Amino acid sequence: MAETPAAASPTPVLADDIAAYLRRRARWSPLEIAFWIFAFASIWLFPDKYLILKDTAILALFALSLDLILGYAGIISLGQAAFFGVAGYFSGLVAKYGLINEPVIALVCSGLVAAAFGFVTSFLVLRGSDLTRLMVTLGVSLMLGEVANRYANITGGADGLQGVDIAPVLGRWSFDLYGHNGYVYCLIVLFVCFVIARRIVYSPFGLSLRSVKGNPLRAAAIGIPVKWRLVAIYTIAAGFAGIAGALLTQTTAFCSLDVFSLERSADLLLVLIIGGTGYLYGGLIGAVIYKFLQDWIATLTPQYWQFWIGLVLVVIVLVGRERVEGAIAAARGFLARLGDRLWTRIRPRSAALGGATDGR
Amino acid sequence: MLTIVFDGVAYGMLLFVLACGLSVTLGLMNFINLAHGAFAMAGGYCTVILVNRLGVPFVLGVPIAFLVTALLGGLFERTLYVHVYARPHLDQVLFTIGLVFMSVAAVDYTMGSSQRFVQIPDALQGQFDVFGIGMGKYRLLIIAVCGLLTVALQLILAKTRFGSRLRAAVDDQRVARGLGINVGAVFGVTFAVGSGLAGLGGALGAEILGLDPTFPLRYMIYFLIVVTVGGTSSIVGPFFASILLGIGDVAGKYYVPTLGAFVIYAIMIVVLIWRPQGLFARSTAR
Amino acid sequence: MPILETIGLEKRFGGILAAANVNLSVEKGARHALIGPNGAGKTTVINLLTGVLKPTAGRIMLEGRDITDAAPHQRVRLGMARTFQINQLFLDLTPLESIGLVISERLGTGADWWRVVGSMSAVTGEIVEIVERFRLADVMHERTATLPYGKQRLLEIALAFACRPHVLLLDEPAAGVPEAERHELLATIEALPAEVTVLLIEHDMDLVFSFADRISVLVNGALFVDGAPEDVARDPRVKAVYLGEELDA
Repeated sequence: MAETPAAASPTPVLADDIAAYLRRRARWSPLEIAFWIFAFASIWLFPDKYLILKDTAILALFALSLDLILGYAGIISLGQAAFFGVAGYFSGLVAKYGLINEPVIALVCSGLVAAAFGFVTSFLVLRGSDLTRLMVTLGVSLMLGEVANRYANITGGADGLQGVDIAPVLGRWSFDLYGHNGYVYCLIVLFVCFVIARRIVYSPFGLSLRSVKGNPLRAAAIGIPVKWRLVAIYTIAAGFAGIAGALLTQTTAFCSLDVFSLERSADLLLVLIIGGTGYLYGGLIGAVIYKFLQDWIATLTPQYWQFWIGLVLVVIVLVGRERVEGAIAAARGFLARLGDRLWTRIRPRSAALGGATDGR
Repeated sequence: MLTIVFDGVAYGMLLFVLACGLSVTLGLMNFINLAHGAFAMAGGYCTVILVNRLGVPFVLGVPIAFLVTALLGGLFERTLYVHVYARPHLDQVLFTIGLVFMSVAAVDYTMGSSQRFVQIPDALQGQFDVFGIGMGKYRLLIIAVCGLLTVALQLILAKTRFGSRLRAAVDDQRVARGLGINVGAVFGVTFAVGSGLAGLGGALGAEILGLDPTFPLRYMIYFLIVVTVGGTSSIVGPFFASILLGIGDVAGKYYVPTLGAFVIYAIMIVVLIWRPQGLFARSTAR
Repeated sequence: MPILETIGLEKRFGGILAAANVNLSVEKGARHALIGPNGAGKTTVINLLTGVLKPTAGRIMLEGRDITDAAPHQRVRLGMARTFQINQLFLDLTPLESIGLVISERLGTGADWWRVVGSMSAVTGEIVEIVERFRLADVMHERTATLPYGKQRLLEIALAFACRPHVLLLDEPAAGVPEAERHELLATIEALPAEVTVLLIEHDMDLVFSFADRISVLVNGALFVDGAPEDVARDPRVKAVYLGEELDA
């Protein structure tokens, strides 16, 4: 059994080692940088696919919001659609009635409204078992759908919100049928939200969330006010989901009742299952794969695509979500190491600190 | 007003028959089966085919629907569900949602997306007028059948060997196994019967609830409300929860039409805040 | 004034009285051991002290302050931390992350969502000190789930210690630790600073008698004997409870 030597001399080295490790942990890995470069390059690379890319970006942000509560805080929810829909209708209504004309301001306000709604409903998910949480979140979402349906004079009911007129962003860029401005807008918003989420996840707050997810009993026993942390992340995630909903309304100038549907929440879960939870990129990658899958299946059987989605879900669960996640994690690890090797070849000086970066 | 109570009770008892299988499944194996509504739909469509197309009399069509759905449930349980028992709840939810999507699309493909109606025999149409309360004959039948079923279920649970094995397994699975109870077989039979009851409910309720391929999606939330409000440790809990929800929904839609279904969601949320384990469950957490 | 005190503490579970009129008094800086046969209610007392269970009667005083109604996380802030009989660790985090988390919570930066973990040198310095004290330096980058049991047990205590408690409650720290790893654990417990008051629950009598300066004996939920180790060791009633005809011992 090795005895650790006296504290005096190795301490400075150990401290530096720890500090360097922690800083390195939060650094953007080469793979991440490549991902975002490619994402922004897609604006010029795929000019005929703006509409589907825009939908993917919105779905990615929506999935990111669920990853924050599911992957990092361990809250199972079928109700993110509630916040998506609330902000969707809010942004549509403020545009339609000319209350907030600048889309960016409307976007932020919609996010805040959704976050406020998340805050108010957060106490519902704190109590009870997983089943209770599923029920309550689903119930809130469906309930809002009912409310939107009943107040059809305001929301347009089953026909959807009509007559939404979105002003040009910052007075210059208007959303047109080709979708270029719409996609750029969504991509930039996605990136900004992602950076915020990344900051949160690598902060002490983010670490405390992971501890709450892993062992809430111990988290409380080391002084973490578990309830308030969960309320906080639930509120933030609701805000992100709301921003995604507002993006959809603003770029399509339309909002309908299906924003509150079970299908939307279920598809969201599927996106995260495909992409993996707990490392932030799961929602983004899952969204891309899901949209690709949807597009492909829709060309084969446009009407019964729900059947194939159901089949995918069943198969994934039967095969084993851990195996799917394990395969994805292995692929990620492989790509990450590949990226590191390429990076150290390009920039040998920064290899001095060595070792893999965020390879979780 | 009493007509509303009467209708509400009929609706509630129908909900109970539909949802009690789900309640027992959840309490027994801690398994969230969101596809329960699909079995109800199967029973409904089975009756439609039997009665409308094949000319089978209504009184036969309904029990046959029960049997067919029970067999279907047993088959699914042995081949598919058994692989998912030990999985975390999220996996079970995803699995059963996947099954729902598949069943909805499959029924849409084979039977079309329009609402179907069962040809009810003439004897059951119309209503009785009792002390000024209009009692629909069909609803009276529903109350009678569901009432008998409830009593039968309660008797089976309380008086038979199978019932005591089931209750033991619900209470503590490991101990039950240790006592030599074949929990797997108990569950298989229970799942089949529960699915059959759902099918029976679907067959009886097609008229009242509206039968189309989206049935499982529309009514899933109702079943889940019954189960969460009523708890999973007895039959009595979901029974009263169903009656409460039935009356609440019918009364809500009548008195406050703008917010009809809103009422039951609000009831569910209020109950879950007050007692997260359900109104009638034991207070020991599961 | 004792640093930790319970007054008439009682806990009922239905018809069962798990803790009956427990009047425990722990002096500042003490090395106080709580012993008793299995099922005597020792862990119940710890759970009551830390707020995991609510007492049916009685009060708990920490440093003169009534904490009976305080939530578990509040008691940690007030200076009382505990370890668990069965390890309660953050299996997906590394020891470095777990310890860093506790320290940053204590320093009040736990809710900070913008700062990057590791950017505060005060935190880093403390991490080093604790990692070395608890001999975790060689495993600090590994996932907790993969650590050998002895190291996990050390981490269990390290997490509680990182809260810089005034009172540290150790619930059977040596439980399940293989012989080869016990020495490291016991040495670490011995080396705890004198200003931290330690309340220890243990079955291992060697550890109890070498470590404690005061012993309380709990039997069937009630305090049976309370005194200096030599007196407790000689007390014939204690011998009877542990070795004698007591049917529920």
